[in-house]
Amino acid sequence: MSRTHWGATLTMPVAEERDHVQGSTDAAVTLLEYGDYECPYCGAAYPIVKEVQSRMGDRLRFVFRNFPITTSHPHAEQAAEAAEGAAAQGRFWQMHDLLYENQRRLDDPALRSYAETLGLDVEQFDRELTEHVHSARVREDFMSGVRSGVNGTPGFYINGVRHDDSYDVETLLAALERAAVSP
Amino acid sequence: MTNTGADHPATPLPPGSPAPEFALPSTPDQRVSLAEFRGQPVILAFYPEDWSPVCSDQLALYQELLPEFRKFNAELLGISVDGVWSHLAFAKDRNLHFPLLADFEPKGEVSRTYQVYRATDGTSERALYVIDADGIVRWSYVSPVGVNPGADGILRALEDLENEEAT
Repeated sequence: MSRTHWGATLTMPVAEERDHVQGSTDAAVTLLEYGDYECPYCGAAYPIVKEVQSRMGDRLRFVFRNFPITTSHPHAEQAAEAAEGAAAQGRFWQMHDLLYENQRRLDDPALRSYAETLGLDVEQFDRELTEHVHSARVREDFMSGVRSGVNGTPGFYINGVRHDDSYDVETLLAALERAAVSP
Repeated sequence: MTNTGADHPATPLPPGSPAPEFALPSTPDQRVSLAEFRGQPVILAFYPEDWSPVCSDQLALYQELLPEFRKFNAELLGISVDGVWSHLAFAKDRNLHFPLLADFEPKGEVSRTYQVYRATDGTSERALYVIDADGIVRWSYVSPVGVNPGADGILRALEDLENEEAT
């Protein structure tokens, strides 16, 4: 029932120079997530991805792209831009983790406090958020997801093919292992 | 895109068919008719029910994409068998700013003319239509009812329309 008949695939390939990537280019398999920082399902998926990463080690490369649904989640866009603001200062993954670990506190003062926690240049961080310096990047991520058939968050792709099964640890691991042996 | 198997009970009107005319209430004192949009593309999003989880995600995604649809001068209309008061409350709760039409009385009549009524459940299928400026169906798709069809198909269909006009 949840399996698609479309075989949706990633229309914008992973690019090391633009994407946020954990793990090696040589990894056996790539898991890409389109996520929304305020989406509770993405929050639930966050520790699952961590678990899968720790179990697969360097055989897995993980990529995160923004997919904020602002219609449902009023803080999602600003949170996504905050993560990109942290990325501009070399701290994307630390901010990404903080946001998912504090999903219920994503208003502007909270975002600023996370920037302080991470030792970012808060003045620059604030200015970039106010001027929406990173909104084009977030939109590019979002539209690449729409074009790739993202139909909800989290949207997972394994080696560029949409994962339409459930994303509990065992199911996700099994799908990743299958893709790892037959890429 | 063949609609076979248990997940795909309905076969929508195929491309090339004239889109059946309709006039349905969007609020207690307003009706929206297909003819109003002659001269521009129309996206019809039939969905089973207000408030159900998949519907909400799907319509939230479309709300997010309204600026993209507008680039094609396309109008988006949601249609379900719910009444106008349910639609109004649902739209307000979910921040949806496009018309939700009530295919409520006679129940499901428009859904039936578009061949996307589920008699067993008494609701519409989760079905998408892209209709061109002349009122002709250019793309149609029925998704399994529990699966959000996303928006890539709609955008591709709108692009195809635009490319044809350009040539």
